[in-house]
Amino acid sequence: MHKFLNPARKKRLYIVLFIIAGVSIALAIMMTALRQHINFFYSPSQVAAGEVSAGQRFRIGGLVVDESVMRVEDSLQVRFALTDGAQEVWVTYAGILPDLFREGQGIVAQGALDEAGVFQADEVLAKHDENYMPPEVAQALAEAGHPTQLSTPDAT
Amino acid sequence: MQRLLALKNFYAFAKALSPWLLLTWVALLAYGVIGGLVWAPADYQQGEAFRIIYVHVPSAFLSLGIYTAMAMMAAIHLIWRVKLATIWIAASVPIGASFTFLALLTGALWGKPMWGTWWVWDARLTSELVLLFLYLGYIALHRAMPRPDMAERAGSLLILIGVVNVPIVHFSVTWWYTLHQGPTLSRFAKPAMAPEMLMPLLAMIAAFGVFYVWLALLCARNACLARESTSTWVQEEVINNA
Repeated sequence: MHKFLNPARKKRLYIVLFIIAGVSIALAIMMTALRQHINFFYSPSQVAAGEVSAGQRFRIGGLVVDESVMRVEDSLQVRFALTDGAQEVWVTYAGILPDLFREGQGIVAQGALDEAGVFQADEVLAKHDENYMPPEVAQALAEAGHPTQLSTPDAT
Repeated sequence: MQRLLALKNFYAFAKALSPWLLLTWVALLAYGVIGGLVWAPADYQQGEAFRIIYVHVPSAFLSLGIYTAMAMMAAIHLIWRVKLATIWIAASVPIGASFTFLALLTGALWGKPMWGTWWVWDARLTSELVLLFLYLGYIALHRAMPRPDMAERAGSLLILIGVVNVPIVHFSVTWWYTLHQGPTLSRFAKPAMAPEMLMPLLAMIAAFGVFYVWLALLCARNACLARESTSTWVQEEVINNA
Protein backbone atom coordinates (compact mmCIF):
# COMPACT_ATOMS: atom_id res chain seq x y z
CA MET A 1 0.00 0.00 0.00
CA HIS A 2 2.90 2.32 0.61
CA LYS A 3 4.27 1.85 -2.88
CA PHE A 4 4.89 5.16 -4.68
CA LEU A 5 2.54 4.18 -7.49
CA ASN A 6 0.12 1.50 -6.29
CA PRO A 7 -2.81 0.64 -8.63
CA ALA A 8 -5.16 3.21 -7.09
CA ARG A 9 -2.61 6.01 -7.43
CA LYS A 10 -1.73 4.94 -10.94
CA LYS A 11 -5.38 5.13 -11.92
CA ARG A 12 -5.70 8.63 -10.46
CA LEU A 13 -2.50 9.71 -12.21
CA TYR A 14 -4.01 8.62 -15.55
CA ILE A 15 -7.22 10.51 -14.77
CA VAL A 16 -5.24 13.67 -14.02
CA LEU A 17 -3.20 13.34 -17.23
CA PHE A 18 -6.38 12.62 -19.20
CA ILE A 19 -8.08 15.76 -17.87
CA ILE A 20 -5.10 17.99 -18.73
CA ALA A 21 -4.68 16.46 -22.20
CA GLY A 22 -8.43 16.67 -22.92
CA VAL A 23 -8.78 20.29 -21.87
CA SER A 24 -5.61 21.26 -23.78
CA ILE A 25 -6.75 19.59 -27.02
CA ALA A 26 -10.25 21.09 -26.80
CA LEU A 27 -8.81 24.54 -26.20
CA ALA A 28 -6.21 24.20 -28.97
CA ILE A 29 -8.96 23.35 -31.48
CA MET A 30 -11.05 26.31 -30.32
CA MET A 31 -8.16 28.72 -30.51
CA THR A 32 -7.20 27.56 -33.98
CA ALA A 33 -10.77 28.13 -35.15
CA LEU A 34 -10.97 31.56 -33.53
CA ARG A 35 -7.46 32.60 -34.46
CA GLN A 36 -8.38 35.74 -36.42
CA HIS A 37 -10.81 36.85 -33.73
CA ILE A 38 -8.23 36.57 -30.96
CA ASN A 39 -5.83 38.77 -32.92
CA PHE A 40 -6.15 42.30 -31.63
CA PHE A 41 -5.51 43.90 -35.02
CA TYR A 42 -4.98 43.27 -38.72
CA SER A 43 -1.65 43.97 -40.40
CA PRO A 44 -1.36 46.21 -43.49
CA SER A 45 -0.58 43.06 -45.54
CA GLN A 46 -3.83 41.43 -44.44
CA VAL A 47 -5.72 44.61 -45.35
CA ALA A 48 -4.00 44.75 -48.76
CA ALA A 49 -4.93 41.12 -49.33
CA GLY A 50 -8.58 42.09 -48.93
CA GLU A 51 -9.28 40.28 -45.67
CA VAL A 52 -11.48 43.17 -44.55
CA SER A 53 -14.13 44.93 -46.61
CA ALA A 54 -14.80 48.67 -46.88
CA GLY A 55 -17.02 49.95 -44.08
CA GLN A 56 -16.25 47.05 -41.72
CA ARG A 57 -14.94 48.22 -38.35
CA PHE A 58 -11.60 46.72 -37.34
CA ARG A 59 -8.21 47.57 -35.86
CA ILE A 60 -5.03 47.94 -37.85
CA GLY A 61 -1.54 47.73 -36.40
CA GLY A 62 1.86 48.61 -37.82
CA LEU A 63 4.79 51.00 -37.72
CA VAL A 64 4.28 54.66 -38.61
CA VAL A 65 6.24 55.19 -41.83
CA ASP A 66 9.12 57.66 -41.51
CA GLU A 67 8.33 61.16 -42.85
CA SER A 68 4.73 60.20 -43.61
CA VAL A 69 3.04 62.15 -40.80
CA MET A 70 1.16 65.21 -42.12
CA ARG A 71 -0.82 67.56 -39.93
CA VAL A 72 -3.55 69.99 -41.03
CA GLU A 73 -2.95 73.55 -39.78
CA ASP A 74 -5.18 74.72 -36.90
CA SER A 75 -6.84 71.34 -36.39
CA LEU A 76 -6.18 67.96 -34.81
CA GLN A 77 -6.44 66.30 -38.22
CA VAL A 78 -3.45 64.08 -38.92
CA ARG A 79 -2.58 61.71 -41.76
CA PHE A 80 0.12 59.03 -41.79
CA ALA A 81 1.04 55.71 -43.37
CA LEU A 82 1.32 52.40 -41.50
CA THR A 83 3.58 49.59 -42.63
CA ASP A 84 4.45 46.03 -41.65
CA GLY A 85 7.51 46.02 -43.87
CA ALA A 86 5.62 44.67 -46.89
CA GLN A 87 2.49 46.79 -47.42
CA GLU A 88 1.42 50.31 -46.50
CA VAL A 89 -2.01 51.65 -45.53
CA TRP A 90 -2.84 55.36 -45.14
CA VAL A 91 -4.62 56.41 -41.97
CA THR A 92 -6.43 59.65 -41.12
CA TYR A 93 -7.31 60.61 -37.58
CA ALA A 94 -8.70 63.65 -35.79
CA GLY A 95 -7.86 63.72 -32.09
CA ILE A 96 -5.12 63.69 -29.52
CA LEU A 97 -2.38 61.17 -30.25
CA PRO A 98 -0.74 59.19 -27.42
CA ASP A 99 2.61 60.42 -26.08
CA LEU A 100 4.51 57.54 -27.65
CA PHE A 101 3.17 58.31 -31.15
CA ARG A 102 6.05 59.14 -33.46
CA GLU A 103 7.48 58.06 -36.79
CA GLY A 104 8.90 54.56 -36.61
CA GLN A 105 6.70 53.74 -33.60
CA GLY A 106 4.26 50.82 -33.53
CA ILE A 107 0.62 51.89 -33.19
CA VAL A 108 -2.83 50.29 -33.30
CA ALA A 109 -5.74 52.29 -34.78
CA GLN A 110 -9.44 51.48 -34.72
CA GLY A 111 -11.83 52.51 -37.48
CA ALA A 112 -12.83 51.47 -41.00
CA LEU A 113 -11.62 51.73 -44.59
CA ASP A 114 -13.34 54.29 -46.83
CA GLU A 115 -13.99 53.78 -50.56
CA ALA A 116 -10.58 55.19 -51.42
CA GLY A 117 -8.89 52.55 -49.23
CA VAL A 118 -7.85 55.09 -46.59
CA PHE A 119 -8.31 53.97 -42.99
CA GLN A 120 -10.51 56.43 -41.09
CA ALA A 121 -9.42 56.02 -37.45
CA ASP A 122 -11.44 57.13 -34.45
CA GLU A 123 -8.94 55.81 -31.88
CA VAL A 124 -5.15 55.56 -31.98
CA LEU A 125 -3.20 53.58 -29.36
CA ALA A 126 0.59 53.37 -29.09
CA LYS A 127 2.06 49.89 -29.08
CA HIS A 128 5.23 49.89 -27.04
CA ASP A 129 7.98 47.45 -27.99
CA GLU A 130 9.94 45.21 -25.64
CA ASN A 131 13.17 47.24 -25.69
CA TYR A 132 14.27 49.21 -22.66
CA MET A 133 17.39 51.36 -22.67
CA PRO A 134 18.76 54.69 -21.43
CA PRO A 135 18.47 57.65 -23.89
CA GLU A 136 22.27 57.72 -24.46
CA VAL A 137 22.27 54.11 -25.64
CA ALA A 138 19.35 54.77 -28.00
CA GLN A 139 21.20 57.78 -29.42
CA ALA A 140 24.43 55.82 -29.87
CA LEU A 141 22.50 53.05 -31.64
CA ALA A 142 20.83 55.55 -33.97
CA GLU A 143 24.17 57.18 -34.81
CA ALA A 144 25.67 53.78 -35.57
CA GLY A 145 22.84 53.19 -38.02
CA HIS A 146 20.85 50.74 -35.93
CA PRO A 147 17.38 52.18 -35.47
CA THR A 148 15.88 51.14 -32.13
CA GLN A 149 12.41 50.58 -33.58
CA LEU A 150 13.09 47.54 -35.64
CA SER A 151 10.47 45.09 -34.51
CA THR A 152 7.10 45.44 -36.17
CA PRO A 153 4.06 44.35 -34.11
CA ASP A 154 4.68 41.03 -35.73
CA ALA A 155 7.62 40.93 -38.07
CA THR A 156 6.68 37.56 -39.53
CA MET B 1 10.42 12.54 2.44
CA GLN B 2 7.75 10.68 4.36
CA ARG B 3 8.95 12.33 7.55
CA LEU B 4 8.94 15.85 6.17
CA LEU B 5 5.37 15.31 5.02
CA ALA B 6 4.28 14.87 8.64
CA LEU B 7 2.83 18.24 9.62
CA LYS B 8 4.86 18.37 12.81
CA ASN B 9 8.18 18.10 11.00
CA PHE B 10 7.08 20.46 8.25
CA TYR B 11 6.15 23.01 10.88
CA ALA B 12 9.62 22.85 12.46
CA PHE B 13 11.31 23.04 9.04
CA ALA B 14 9.23 26.05 7.98
CA LYS B 15 9.87 27.77 11.28
CA ALA B 16 13.64 27.35 10.98
CA LEU B 17 13.63 28.58 7.37
CA SER B 18 11.53 31.67 8.05
CA PRO B 19 14.16 34.16 9.36
CA TRP B 20 16.56 33.30 6.50
CA LEU B 21 13.85 33.92 3.92
CA LEU B 22 12.98 37.21 5.57
CA LEU B 23 16.62 38.28 5.53
CA THR B 24 17.06 37.36 1.85
CA TRP B 25 13.82 39.16 0.98
CA VAL B 26 14.87 42.40 2.70
CA ALA B 27 18.28 42.36 0.99
CA LEU B 28 16.86 41.68 -2.49
CA LEU B 29 14.06 44.22 -2.03
CA ALA B 30 16.47 46.92 -0.84
CA TYR B 31 18.73 46.46 -3.87
CA GLY B 32 15.77 46.15 -6.26
CA VAL B 33 13.98 49.26 -5.02
CA ILE B 34 17.08 51.49 -4.84
CA GLY B 35 18.55 50.09 -8.05
CA GLY B 36 15.28 50.35 -9.93
CA LEU B 37 13.94 53.65 -8.64
CA VAL B 38 17.18 55.58 -8.07
CA TRP B 39 20.18 54.10 -9.88
CA ALA B 40 18.57 52.93 -13.12
CA PRO B 41 18.40 55.62 -15.83
CA ALA B 42 15.10 56.76 -17.32
CA ASP B 43 13.98 54.95 -20.48
CA TYR B 44 14.68 56.53 -23.88
CA GLN B 45 11.00 56.53 -24.82
CA GLN B 46 8.91 56.13 -21.70
CA GLY B 47 10.99 58.33 -19.39
CA GLU B 48 10.40 57.77 -15.68
CA ALA B 49 7.11 55.95 -16.27
CA PHE B 50 8.94 52.75 -17.22
CA ARG B 51 9.83 52.22 -13.54
CA ILE B 52 6.43 50.64 -12.92
CA ILE B 53 8.02 47.58 -14.53
CA TYR B 54 9.74 46.90 -11.19
CA VAL B 55 6.34 46.06 -9.70
CA HIS B 56 4.44 44.98 -12.79
CA VAL B 57 6.75 42.29 -14.17
CA PRO B 58 7.48 40.59 -10.80
CA SER B 59 3.73 40.56 -10.02
CA ALA B 60 2.84 39.09 -13.40
CA PHE B 61 5.70 36.57 -13.12
CA LEU B 62 4.45 35.42 -9.71
CA SER B 63 0.82 35.31 -10.81
CA LEU B 64 1.85 32.58 -13.26
CA GLY B 65 4.52 30.99 -11.05
CA ILE B 66 2.22 30.59 -8.05
CA TYR B 67 -0.50 29.09 -10.23
CA THR B 68 1.95 26.58 -11.68
CA ALA B 69 3.12 25.61 -8.18
CA MET B 70 -0.54 25.22 -7.14
CA ALA B 71 -1.26 23.00 -10.15
CA MET B 72 1.62 20.69 -9.22
CA MET B 73 0.33 20.55 -5.64
CA ALA B 74 -3.18 19.86 -6.94
CA ALA B 75 -1.90 16.88 -8.94
CA ILE B 76 0.06 15.59 -5.92
CA HIS B 77 -3.05 16.00 -3.78
CA LEU B 78 -5.34 14.19 -6.23
CA ILE B 79 -2.96 11.31 -6.92
CA TRP B 80 -1.15 10.75 -3.62
CA ARG B 81 -3.62 12.41 -1.22
CA VAL B 82 -0.88 14.37 0.53
CA LYS B 83 -2.37 16.62 3.22
CA LEU B 84 0.46 19.12 2.94
CA ALA B 85 -0.33 19.77 -0.74
CA THR B 86 -3.79 21.13 0.09
CA ILE B 87 -2.33 23.25 2.88
CA TRP B 88 0.14 24.76 0.40
CA ILE B 89 -2.64 25.45 -2.13
CA ALA B 90 -4.84 27.13 0.47
CA ALA B 91 -1.89 29.30 1.54
CA SER B 92 -1.02 30.21 -2.07
CA VAL B 93 -4.42 31.19 -3.47
CA PRO B 94 -4.86 34.59 -1.76
CA ILE B 95 -1.22 35.52 -2.47
CA GLY B 96 -1.52 34.53 -6.15
CA ALA B 97 -4.82 36.39 -6.52
CA SER B 98 -3.25 39.51 -4.99
CA PHE B 99 -0.27 39.44 -7.35
CA THR B 100 -2.56 38.89 -10.36
CA PHE B 101 -4.64 41.88 -9.31
CA LEU B 102 -1.49 43.94 -8.79
CA ALA B 103 -0.22 43.00 -12.28
CA LEU B 104 -3.54 44.05 -13.85
CA LEU B 105 -3.68 47.27 -11.81
CA THR B 106 -0.10 48.39 -12.52
CA GLY B 107 -0.56 47.47 -16.18
CA ALA B 108 -3.67 49.66 -16.41
CA LEU B 109 -1.92 52.57 -14.67
CA TRP B 110 0.96 52.30 -17.15
CA GLY B 111 -1.31 51.68 -20.13
CA LYS B 112 -3.22 54.94 -19.80
CA PRO B 113 -0.24 57.28 -20.41
CA MET B 114 1.72 54.89 -22.70
CA TRP B 115 -0.86 53.18 -24.89
CA GLY B 116 -3.58 55.78 -24.43
CA THR B 117 -6.03 53.38 -22.77
CA TRP B 118 -6.54 51.71 -19.38
CA TRP B 119 -7.74 48.43 -20.84
CA VAL B 120 -8.13 46.59 -24.14
CA TRP B 121 -9.48 43.09 -24.72
CA ASP B 122 -6.32 41.72 -26.32
CA ALA B 123 -5.14 38.15 -25.73
CA ARG B 124 -2.59 38.95 -23.01
CA LEU B 125 -4.82 41.18 -20.90
CA THR B 126 -7.87 38.96 -21.27
CA SER B 127 -6.03 35.74 -20.38
CA GLU B 128 -4.48 37.41 -17.33
CA LEU B 129 -7.98 38.46 -16.25
CA VAL B 130 -9.12 34.85 -16.69
CA LEU B 131 -6.23 33.87 -14.39
CA LEU B 132 -7.59 36.22 -11.71
CA PHE B 133 -11.04 34.63 -12.10
CA LEU B 134 -9.47 31.17 -11.70
CA TYR B 135 -7.96 32.22 -8.37
CA LEU B 136 -11.24 33.79 -7.24
CA GLY B 137 -13.15 30.78 -8.58
CA TYR B 138 -11.10 28.49 -6.35
CA ILE B 139 -11.99 30.58 -3.30
CA ALA B 140 -15.69 30.59 -4.22
CA LEU B 141 -15.79 26.86 -4.98
CA HIS B 142 -13.88 26.02 -1.80
CA ARG B 143 -16.35 27.97 0.33
CA ALA B 144 -19.42 26.58 -1.43
CA MET B 145 -18.61 22.95 -0.62
CA PRO B 146 -20.16 21.49 2.54
CA ARG B 147 -17.26 19.21 3.54
CA PRO B 148 -13.56 20.15 3.65
CA ASP B 149 -12.37 17.04 1.77
CA MET B 150 -14.91 17.66 -1.01
CA ALA B 151 -13.89 21.33 -1.17
CA GLU B 152 -10.24 20.39 -1.51
CA ARG B 153 -10.86 17.81 -4.23
CA ALA B 154 -13.12 20.08 -6.27
CA GLY B 155 -10.65 22.93 -5.84
CA SER B 156 -7.70 20.82 -7.00
CA LEU B 157 -9.67 19.73 -10.06
CA LEU B 158 -10.48 23.36 -10.90
CA ILE B 159 -6.81 24.32 -10.60
CA LEU B 160 -5.77 21.43 -12.86
CA ILE B 161 -8.29 22.37 -15.55
CA GLY B 162 -7.26 26.01 -15.32
CA VAL B 163 -3.56 25.27 -15.76
CA VAL B 164 -3.97 25.28 -19.55
CA ASN B 165 -4.41 29.04 -19.20
CA VAL B 166 -0.82 29.46 -17.95
CA PRO B 167 0.91 28.83 -21.32
CA ILE B 168 -1.81 30.91 -23.00
CA VAL B 169 -0.97 33.93 -20.82
CA HIS B 170 2.74 33.40 -21.37
CA PHE B 171 2.69 32.88 -25.15
CA SER B 172 -0.28 35.14 -25.98
CA VAL B 173 2.02 37.93 -27.15
CA THR B 174 3.83 35.59 -29.55
CA TRP B 175 0.86 33.56 -30.81
CA TRP B 176 -1.41 36.50 -31.65
CA TYR B 177 -1.27 40.19 -32.48
CA THR B 178 -1.71 41.96 -29.16
CA LEU B 179 -1.41 45.52 -27.92
CA HIS B 180 0.80 44.26 -25.10
CA GLN B 181 4.47 44.12 -26.11
CA GLY B 182 6.41 40.92 -26.59
CA PRO B 183 8.58 39.38 -23.87
CA THR B 184 11.58 41.44 -22.74
CA LEU B 185 13.02 38.56 -20.76
CA SER B 186 13.33 35.34 -22.68
CA ARG B 187 15.29 32.24 -21.90
CA PHE B 188 16.53 31.86 -25.46
CA ALA B 189 17.50 35.41 -26.37
CA LYS B 190 19.58 38.23 -24.97
CA PRO B 191 17.26 40.37 -22.81
CA ALA B 192 16.08 43.46 -24.69
CA MET B 193 16.95 45.65 -21.75
CA ALA B 194 20.02 47.60 -20.65
CA PRO B 195 21.93 45.77 -17.84
CA GLU B 196 21.63 48.64 -15.33
CA MET B 197 17.85 48.39 -15.71
CA LEU B 198 17.78 44.60 -15.86
CA MET B 199 19.71 43.74 -12.68
CA PRO B 200 17.26 45.50 -10.29
CA LEU B 201 14.37 43.89 -12.21
CA LEU B 202 15.80 40.40 -11.69
CA ALA B 203 16.39 41.27 -8.00
CA MET B 204 12.74 42.38 -7.69
CA ILE B 205 11.48 39.16 -9.31
CA ALA B 206 13.60 37.14 -6.87
CA ALA B 207 12.42 39.33 -3.96
CA PHE B 208 8.75 38.78 -4.85
CA GLY B 209 9.39 35.04 -5.15
CA VAL B 210 11.09 34.83 -1.74
CA PHE B 211 8.29 36.91 -0.25
CA TYR B 212 5.71 34.46 -1.62
CA VAL B 213 7.52 31.45 -0.14
CA TRP B 214 7.94 33.20 3.20
CA LEU B 215 4.29 34.28 3.41
CA ALA B 216 2.93 30.93 2.20
CA LEU B 217 5.07 29.08 4.75
CA LEU B 218 3.67 31.34 7.47
CA CYS B 219 0.08 30.62 6.38
CA ALA B 220 0.87 26.91 6.04
CA ARG B 221 2.31 26.79 9.57
CA ASN B 222 -0.88 28.34 10.85
CA ALA B 223 -2.92 25.72 9.00
CA CYS B 224 -0.76 22.93 10.49
CA LEU B 225 -1.51 24.17 14.00
CA ALA B 226 -5.23 24.41 13.24
CA ARG B 227 -5.44 20.93 11.70
CA GLU B 228 -3.67 19.16 14.53
CA SER B 229 -4.86 21.40 17.34
CA THR B 230 -5.65 18.43 19.58
CA SER B 231 -2.21 16.82 19.33
CA THR B 232 0.42 17.27 22.00
CA TRP B 233 3.07 18.87 19.74
CA VAL B 234 0.70 21.73 18.88
CA GLN B 235 -0.24 22.28 22.49
CA GLU B 236 3.42 22.33 23.50
CA GLU B 237 4.26 24.73 20.68
CA VAL B 238 1.46 27.11 21.64
CA ILE B 239 2.30 27.03 25.36
CA ASN B 240 6.00 27.62 24.68
CA ASN B 241 5.20 30.69 22.60
CA ALA B 242 2.45 32.12 24.75
